[in-house]
Amino acid sequence: MSIFTEPVGLSHFLVVGAVLFVCGVICMATKRNVLGVLMGIELVLNGANLNFVAFGSSVLRPPGTEGIGMDGQMIALFVIVLAAAEAAVALAIALSYYHAHATVDVDRGDELRG
Amino acid sequence: MDTINWHSCFFLLLAAIACGFAVAVVVVGDIVRMACCLVVSLAAVAGLFFLAGAEFLGAAQLMVYVGGTMVLLIFGVMLTARGPLVSMKIGGGQWVLALVIGVALFAVLLQAATSTSAWNGPKANDQAAVPAAAKQDDGAAAEQDAAGQLGLGLLGVREDRLHRQDKPVLLGGMSGYLLAFEIISVHLVVVLVGAAYLARARRRIRNPESRAPNPESP
Repeated sequence: MSIFTEPVGLSHFLVVGAVLFVCGVICMATKRNVLGVLMGIELVLNGANLNFVAFGSSVLRPPGTEGIGMDGQMIALFVIVLAAAEAAVALAIALSYYHAHATVDVDRGDELRG
Repeated sequence: MDTINWHSCFFLLLAAIACGFAVAVVVVGDIVRMACCLVVSLAAVAGLFFLAGAEFLGAAQLMVYVGGTMVLLIFGVMLTARGPLVSMKIGGGQWVLALVIGVALFAVLLQAATSTSAWNGPKANDQAAVPAAAKQDDGAAAEQDAAGQLGLGLLGVREDRLHRQDKPVLLGGMSGYLLAFEIISVHLVVVLVGAAYLARARRRIRNPESRAPNPESP
């Protein structure tokens, strides 16, 4: 197999990020549990993070190009911190929702529907 | 016979784990199994970060995601679980719709990821492979202090751009991330205090029994 002897490129990482992103989108669309939707969001953020890290990596950079340097890693670090904060708030909202409705089904949370 | 590139082998292994368990998160119905699959997938993504040369980020991913966020998620699962018999399924039509949208999105992303020839990586039989390998060693040597560069960038000093001050187009990135770092610190404090306030233990305000009006109350 040629893939075992050739060094991996940037597009391999991008494909893995695309798979994670699409899995997260499908997970967000098909789960009715609030926590399942939250896990889909985590997958989407991880796919985007992997793209940031791959573009900022000096190992994967195409020869002779500048790349985005440390920007990729720093934006990915911010995304990790923001995802942790978002998970904390979303879980607090899910707990509050569970206290109010005795379920975590997102289809039952239609009280704000006009 | 070419020698086996172990970087590629580890990449394939970790990518297969990450993608496989991400698909498992989608197809598995039980919420606890979903959480376990998500832990494995996130850990594999941390391994991919290590392979891409972002060691600090891989460690942060392991600590924050796998260590912190997943504990939070699993506690959320345990606090809101209503027994194993409650299943929340969606209809087949919605599955088909989600799969169609997902496949279309994946086709677009795959096209975008593979259409640029410079991103496909150096070929082993290419003449540029040997300089690329030497460049990789240089890059690995330059990335020895990646965590230090990251910390300096958070303090507003872009050490990796200091040698490019002659190019004014790159000076836009010289400013660093000090303001964003301070904002995200305050944001994290506010968000965690707010989350603790939202999730505090309190009396159940509306349960299904009290939803109907009580005739004995005025």
